[in-house]
Amino acid sequence: MGLTGLQIFKLLPKTNCGECGPPTCLAFAMELAQQKTSLDKCPYVSEEAKAELGEASAPPIRLITVGKGEKEFQVGDETELFRHDKTFFNETAIGFELEDNLEEKAIRDKAKTIDGLSFERIGLELSVNLVAVCNTSQDAETFAKAVSLVMEETDLPLMLVTEDPTCAAAALEKCASSRPLLYAANNENYEEMTKIADENSCPLVVRGENLEQTAEITDKIAKLGYRELMIDPGSGGAGEYLEDLTQIRRLALRKKFRPLGYPTVVFTGSEDTYQEVIEAAVYTCKYGNVVIMKEPDDWKTFPLLILRQNIYTDPQKPIQVEAGVYEIGEVDENSPVYVTTNFSLTYFSVMGEIEASRVPGYLLIVDTEGTSVLTAWAAGKFDGDKVAEELVQSGLEDRVNHKKVIIPGQVAVLRAKIEDNCDWEVLIGPGEATGIPSFIRKNWQA
Amino acid sequence: MAIPVMKESWQSKVLEVVLGATPEKGGTRGKTITIGGESTLPYLLSEGDIPNRPQVAMEVWDIAPDNWEEQLMEPFADVIEDPAAWAQKCVEEFGADLVQLKLMSGDPEGEDAGPEDVEETVKKVLKAVDVPIIITGPGNEEKDNLLLPAAAEASRGENCLLGLAIEENYRTLAAACMANGHNIIATSPIDINLCKQVNILLSEMDVPKNRIVIDPTTGALGYGIEYTYSIMERIRLGALQADKMIAMPFLNFVGEEAWRTKEARESAQEGGDIRLGISWEILTAVNFIHAGSDLLVLRHPDSVKQIKEHIDVLMGS
Ligand code: B12
Ligand code: SF4
Repeated sequence: MGLTGLQIFKLLPKTNCGECGPPTCLAFAMELAQQKTSLDKCPYVSEEAKAELGEASAPPIRLITVGKGEKEFQVGDETELFRHDKTFFNETAIGFELEDNLEEKAIRDKAKTIDGLSFERIGLELSVNLVAVCNTSQDAETFAKAVSLVMEETDLPLMLVTEDPTCAAAALEKCASSRPLLYAANNENYEEMTKIADENSCPLVVRGENLEQTAEITDKIAKLGYRELMIDPGSGGAGEYLEDLTQIRRLALRKKFRPLGYPTVVFTGSEDTYQEVIEAAVYTCKYGNVVIMKEPDDWKTFPLLILRQNIYTDPQKPIQVEAGVYEIGEVDENSPVYVTTNFSLTYFSVMGEIEASRVPGYLLIVDTEGTSVLTAWAAGKFDGDKVAEELVQSGLEDRVNHKKVIIPGQVAVLRAKIEDNCDWEVLIGPGEATGIPSFIRKNWQA
Repeated sequence: MAIPVMKESWQSKVLEVVLGATPEKGGTRGKTITIGGESTLPYLLSEGDIPNRPQVAMEVWDIAPDNWEEQLMEPFADVIEDPAAWAQKCVEEFGADLVQLKLMSGDPEGEDAGPEDVEETVKKVLKAVDVPIIITGPGNEEKDNLLLPAAAEASRGENCLLGLAIEENYRTLAAACMANGHNIIATSPIDINLCKQVNILLSEMDVPKNRIVIDPTTGALGYGIEYTYSIMERIRLGALQADKMIAMPFLNFVGEEAWRTKEARESAQEGGDIRLGISWEILTAVNFIHAGSDLLVLRHPDSVKQIKEHIDVLMGS
């Protein structure tokens, strides 16, 4: 809940000097309430008023940055319960546990494995975000050593998992400048943990035994003046986490309930590797901001990262590529010509297969407002007239010595219309892009 | 600290649909299955009821699939030529709650089997298993209209679930379902209004609302899943807010979409790591479960096992 105009007015100097733009403090307060202006326009407002107003106008879920440099990430600042209402903004960060009591080699190996969990798909790089070093040994020196080893193997941001302030301080000596995430402050240690987090300017996770206690602790920490927080509501199991994460999101957005207006952190509970990725998928869909798993297997991490990408895609704008002629490989006048739509996924699927066929080719991309082949066809954005027109305008006839175009198998019906509207001959390609390499080997002679 | 409570209470709930008929009801099934009935968003059990757990079906083809990769075929290798044995294996060994019999032999570009062949297959499968069954055609409008009425008659009284009814082609199927006491799958392309439209068209033919299951069109992970997810969330919110014309339970054809993707296929080829494909299928299913899916059709036995385990966790059983 933002403040009303009158509530804001009470905090202003009430001198009506007019330097802020509107003639009176009251008029300025009204504009502030409607978010039409900003507080810094008034040069006379007091520090206390600034603090109070700043807090009231802060986003309902705080934005927190973890790590420093190229791989730092941000979570929080979400504004929606459902992605269809607008979009989700800051992708769930995915990380893996690494226990500090493993042998040096095992620590290095696991850190390397986690670091290597990076995949390329449709022109985008998908990567995991952090390594959660766990103070399983409960020993400060062992913990600090493990942190150093991990840092030698990866520049992913770290999470320091310990509830012992001494161990936390020891580990922070090795890594404070890279802004790790400290986990966790609880009801007993929160004063010391807050002090350490504050001194090292690193974000701190609060873990209560339940929602109520979690809110209580964040509130106490906020009163100590520290707000770089995240929360783990300490729920018992996947079902309870789902309910609690939903409550947190709702309370933060609809009630602007400050004590829970922070990004969330969840550890998966299951030992079974399929079940743990299932849990991670649930939290990715439903309000988990940082999710930590145990086993860094590529076969489950890759699909999870794609799920995350899908859920966080802006529903209003499908990812698209520019229309036009693309050259794939060392094309010449004998190279085949393919046509498809400008939906990013479609383009990359086709482009990848043309590359894999090892026969260089031209790919004509028609602007279909970022829709797939069949969607575009069904919506009338990819019909025979249009393809023919684009072919003629593309200038491709000057670049190749044939007039054959390969169309997607799923829209074989376009053939007649295209051939009616221009003098290109249509070859019907396979239905799936994966069929392109064998198709071209069998069917292509310029 | 006392925290404000933000519990939703909805005006309405999802309709319940019963699949299968036991001998008392004129069928031969060992049990019936009820889907739907939720009065809360997925698994927010403190805000309402989820009286029926989501059900997991497995695909059974009436001819050996020619486009399943090697490792995906493996679990079915011994039954692939025999739909009755295949169905039995799915139920008895892999724990499928029900099976989807796909009449792929009817594909005009393949075997082009006729109604008599199909009738016989349906009867054999019904005899081999006592769970409720889903029956779908080869997906060619003309052939579906020829084969599905025959299948409906051959399974008369068994209270099966038949599909797909689409806006351009629903009359023949709706009539066959009504005449033979079956439920119907109403399919629409990821659009809330089109979904409603098909349900209205079916209602105008006097198909009762509690005999319709919504197929919102399933996109696979990495291939349009987010569109299906969001349209399901919107349809479900509508249902809970008392829009009766979209208040039917959901069905998702997960297996066929997930195993069509390049990534899953490659993982199941010789030398691939099929766990990637299985994860692909599982995560596609999980995504839909949390958008409200009531019935999921899967392909790989491991996916069935894992998804059922997840449902146990959610239902607290
Ligand atoms: C996600 C989706 C949507 C999304 C849009 C996603 C997008 N950005 O395009 C939304 C929800 C918006 C949507 C809307 C509609 N959709 Co839609 N949608 C789908 C869905 C689920 C997946 C599409 C997808 O992303 N495929 C992945 C891409 C990569 O596939 P692709 O472009 O076809 O490319 C592959 C091949 O074609 C091939 N290929 C591509 N190019 C080339 C080129 C060559 C030379 C070769 C050889 C091969 C090749 O390789 C690729 C990979 O294998 C499909 C159903 C399904 N499960 O597939 C329905 C589907 C495509 N939609 C359909 C329809 C009808 C519609 C609507 C018209 C419905 C409506 N009336 O509102 C609208 C139109 C919207 C509009 N006005 O723009 C129908 C089309 C029916 C038909 N056969 O005509 C489908 C098939 C669903 C169905 N079964 O009814 N849709
Ligand atoms: S500048 Fe400040 S003091 Fe002057 S009128 Fe505006 S709000 Fe009032």
